[in-house]
Amino acid sequence: MTSPEVVRPFPDSEEMEVSFGPQHPATHGVLRVMVKLDGERIIDAKPIIGYLHRGTEKIFETETYNGTIPHTDRMDYTAAATNNQGLVGAVEKLMGVTVPPRAAYIRMLLAELQRLSSHIIWLGTHALDIGAQSPFFYTFQEREIILDLYEEYCGARLTLNCMRVGGQPFDLPEGWTGRCKAFVDQLPARIAEWERLLTNNRIWKKRTVDVGVISAKDAIEWGLTGPPLRGSGVKWDIRKVFPYDHYNEVEFEIPIGANGDTYDRYLVRVEEMRQSVRIVQQCLAKLPDGPVMAKVPKVIKPPKGEIYFSVEGPKGELGYYIVSDGGTKPYRMHVRPACFINLQALPEMVRGLLVADLIAVIGTLDIVLGEIDR
Amino acid sequence: MANPWIAFLVVPLVKIVVILVAVILLAAYLSFFERKILAYMQIRIGPNRVFPRGWLQPIADALKLFSKEDIVPTRAEKLVYLLSPVITTAPALVVFSVVPFASATTLFGLLKEPVTPYLTDINIGILFILGVSSVGVYGIILGGWSSNNKFSLMGGLRSAAQLVSYEVPMGFSVVAVLLMAGSLSLVKIVEAQKQAGVWFFLPGIVAFFIYFVCGVAETNRSPFDLPEAESELVAGFHTEYSGMKWAFYFLAEYANMVVISSVATVLFFGGWLRPFPNVAALAFLDVVPPFLWFAAKVGFFLFCYIWFRATFPRYRFDQLMALGWKVLLPVSLANVMAVGLGVLLMGGAR
Repeated sequence: MTSPEVVRPFPDSEEMEVSFGPQHPATHGVLRVMVKLDGERIIDAKPIIGYLHRGTEKIFETETYNGTIPHTDRMDYTAAATNNQGLVGAVEKLMGVTVPPRAAYIRMLLAELQRLSSHIIWLGTHALDIGAQSPFFYTFQEREIILDLYEEYCGARLTLNCMRVGGQPFDLPEGWTGRCKAFVDQLPARIAEWERLLTNNRIWKKRTVDVGVISAKDAIEWGLTGPPLRGSGVKWDIRKVFPYDHYNEVEFEIPIGANGDTYDRYLVRVEEMRQSVRIVQQCLAKLPDGPVMAKVPKVIKPPKGEIYFSVEGPKGELGYYIVSDGGTKPYRMHVRPACFINLQALPEMVRGLLVADLIAVIGTLDIVLGEIDR
Repeated sequence: MANPWIAFLVVPLVKIVVILVAVILLAAYLSFFERKILAYMQIRIGPNRVFPRGWLQPIADALKLFSKEDIVPTRAEKLVYLLSPVITTAPALVVFSVVPFASATTLFGLLKEPVTPYLTDINIGILFILGVSSVGVYGIILGGWSSNNKFSLMGGLRSAAQLVSYEVPMGFSVVAVLLMAGSLSLVKIVEAQKQAGVWFFLPGIVAFFIYFVCGVAETNRSPFDLPEAESELVAGFHTEYSGMKWAFYFLAEYANMVVISSVATVLFFGGWLRPFPNVAALAFLDVVPPFLWFAAKVGFFLFCYIWFRATFPRYRFDQLMALGWKVLLPVSLANVMAVGLGVLLMGGAR
C-alpha cells in the first residue's frame, strides 16, 4: 500500500528531523516518534518502540499457568481485567474446562468495568492532548469509583490479578452489586456531561474531524482492531463474532463510525462506554447463583497442543497463542497485542498532516506502551 | 507643588516603584488565582499548603526559582539566551507607565493637591502601548532560536507568526475606539466615555470582541496557547529555560495579561468610571473609589482568561492563522468602516 506523496510548498526547503519522545509529555509513556518535518508539516513519522520491553513473553515460559496472570496485568496496565480474561480463556479452552455461569458473569462485569475505565483514561488524556484540560479531571473522578470497586473485589486497583484458570478466585463481596449498580446508573449522565464539553465544541471538531483518516479497506489491511477499526465503519467486535463467556446472552450494539477520522473514533468510544454500561446493568440483573470455580486440578496441566483465543479488549483484539508440551509451564506463549498492531498505522495516518495532528492521532489510537513492548 | 525636584523626580519615582511592585506582585498572585480557580473548576483544591491556606504560594515559588541553578545549554547562543527574557519582560512592565488606573485623587484627603494615580498621560498613549508591547515578541523568537532546541525554535516561530497576525486586527479594533473618542490618550478616551454617557463597549461591541480575542491570542493563552503547547512542543520557546530566566518569561506573560485586560477596560469599559457614568440615579455607586471600579473590571477579564483555559481545547496552528487573517481581519476592517460612518453621521468625533 502506498500513500500519496506529501505536497511541499517549498520543495527545496530543508527537512527537520525531530525526536518526539521517549520523554515527551504527549507520547503516552515511552513512545518515541522520529518525525521528519517541513515547517510544521509531517513528511514522515517513524515510531520507535522498545523502551518498556520487559521480556514478558519469555517470563511466561518460566511461570506456572496461574503464575503468568500477574504478568499479563502489566502489559496493558490500564486494562488488567481483560488481559486476565484473555489468558485464562485461552488456557481453559486448551483444557476444555467450562467456567461456572456465575464466574463467567463476574468476568464480564469486571471486563466491562475495565473497558469503561480504559476508555475514561483515553478520553481524559486525549482531550488533554488536544488542549482541553478539564475533562481530564472530570473523567478521573469516575475512574476512581471503578478502581474502588476493583479494590473491594480483589484488593488491587490497577494490576488486578482477578481471574484464575477455571473460574474466579473470590465471590463478589456483600453489597458490591448494589454499589456497582449505583455507579453505572449514574454514569450515562456523566458521559453526557463530558460530551457537552467536547462533542459539539467547534475547536474540538476542527481538531478532530478529517484528521488521521484511515479507510475501512486500509484499516483491515493494517490489521487494526477495536475502535480504530470500528471508527472506519467495520462492524467487528470479538464479543459478537466469537462470543466468549456469556456475551451472547446480553444485548448490546456495536457502534461504528463513517469517515474513519479522529472524531469518529471519539464518538465510537463514547458510545462504547454507554454500551458497556448497558452490559454491566444486564449482567447485574442476570447474575446467577452458584459456585465461582470449576473443578480444576490444583496444578494446571493442559494437554499437549496449541491454542489461539482472543477477547475484545478496550484497545482492540487481544489474543493469546499458547503452545503446551503437557507440562505445568507453557512451552511458548505469544500475545497478539492490539496496541502494537494499531500503532503500525500511525505513519500512514499522519503523513502530510501538521505536528499538532500527530499528537491527536497518537491519542486517538489509544496506545499503551506496556502492551506494545511487553 | 512648587519645588520642581519633587514634581519631576520624587513623585514619578515613587509612582514607578509602586506600579512596578504592584504589577509584579499582581502577576505572581495571578498565577496563584489561576491555579485556585482552575482547581475549583476542575473539582480539585489547588495549592493549599503554604501558610495560610496557600496564600504565600507565589512567594514560595519565587524563592524556589531564585535559588535554582542557573543552567545555560552548552550549545546555546549564550548572550542572546541570557538577554531574551529581559527583552520580553521589560516592555511588558514599561507599558504600565501610561495605563490610567484612576482619575486624579487626593487619597481620601491625605494630600493637599490631587495627584494622578498613573505615571504619565501622553497624547499617543495607545500607540505607545501597541508599539512597546510588540517589542516583547523579539524576546520570544530570540529565546526560542538561541536555546538551540528544535521544540523551542518551533515555539518561537509560531509565537512570532501569531503575534504579527493578531496585531493587525487588534490595531483595527482599537481604531474603532479612537474614531469614537477622537484621541489617542488613554485618559482622554476614558473622559470621552464619560461625556458620551456610555461605555464604548456598547457602540463598539464588535471591536471589543475582536480586541479581546486578539488579546488572548497575543498573550499566548488558551485556546491560542500554541507557542507553549505542552502536548506538542513540550514547553515551546522556553523549553530550555529554568530558574529566574524562566520566571522572567512567566512574569512577562502574566503582566501582558494584565496589560490586555487594562487596555480592554480603558478602551471599552470606561476605565475607572462607574456603570452609566451620567445617570444621576446611580450616583450612590460613586461610593466605590474609581480605582476599585478599574480593578474590578480588570479582574473580570483576568478571570475570563482563566475560564477560557479551563474550557477550550487548543486551536491548530493553521486554523489559528486562518481565524486571524480570514475572519478577524475582514470583520475588523468592516467594523472600522461602520463605526467611522456612524461617527460621521452623529456629527464627528467628540
